[in-house]
Amino acid sequence: MEFTRRDTLALGLGAAALTVLPIRAVAAWDDVITAFTGGAEVGEGGLTLTAPEIAENGNTVPVSVDAPGAAAIMIVATGNPTPNVATFNFGELAGSQSASTRIRLAGTQDVVAVARMADGSFVQTQSTVKVTIGGCGG
Amino acid sequence: MAIGVKPRVKAPKTAEVGEVVTIKTLISHKMESGQRKDGDGNVIPRSIIHRFTCDYNGVNVIDVEMHPAISTNPYFEFEATIPEAGDMVFTWYDDDGDVYTTTKTVAIG
Repeated sequence: MEFTRRDTLALGLGAAALTVLPIRAVAAWDDVITAFTGGAEVGEGGLTLTAPEIAENGNTVPVSVDAPGAAAIMIVATGNPTPNVATFNFGELAGSQSASTRIRLAGTQDVVAVARMADGSFVQTQSTVKVTIGGCGG
Repeated sequence: MAIGVKPRVKAPKTAEVGEVVTIKTLISHKMESGQRKDGDGNVIPRSIIHRFTCDYNGVNVIDVEMHPAISTNPYFEFEATIPEAGDMVFTWYDDDGDVYTTTKTVAIG
C-alpha cells in the first residue's frame, strides 16, 4: 500500500486530534479521586458498578455498587459540574458491601467507582452511560 | 427547607439471628443542586441532604456522604446483618441543619 500526499496529511491530522482530546477530558474529577485515595495506586477487580447503558432521564439514573470486603466505595460522575456523587462507608453491621441509589448525570459520560478495601488498597471500575436528557437543569 | 420531608423505610419486622436483610429507604426532598436557575436567571441556592446514616442498636450499618448529584427524593438500598432484636435508626442530615430520623423495630423469630 502506498501513501499519497493526501493520506499522509489525513493521518497526521488524526494523530494530532488524538493527542489533544484526552487533555480536555482530564478535569476536576481526577482530583476528587486523588483526594479519596490519597494518591495511592489504584488497582482493578473485585468491584462491580452497575449502571444502565442508556439513561433516558439524567435526573434519576439508577446505579449500584458491590465490592466484597470494601470499607468504603465512592461514586464519581466525570462529566458533572461537581464530580462528587456519593461515598458509602460500610459499618460493622453491613450485611454486604453493596448499595444502590439514584443519581443525576449532566450528559453522556463515564461513571467511576473507587473502593477502599479493608486492607487499605484501592480498586476502581467505570461504566459509560449515554444520557438522552441531562439532569442539571438550565 | 424542611417542607414536606417524609422519610419512608422498608425493613423486615422479624429476622433470624445473624440474618442479612435488605433495607430500602426513601425520603421526599427536592435536593436542590445549586446548579439550576430560576425564571429571572438567578441561581437557586443549594439545599440538599448531605449525609445519611443507619445504625442498629448503636452499631453503624452504613454512613453515606451525599453530594448534589444525588437525585430528588434520595433512595438507598443496602443490606444489614441482624445480630439480635433491636431498633434500627435511620438519620438524614439536611444542609439547613435539620435532622430527620425514623426508627424500625426488628424482632427475632
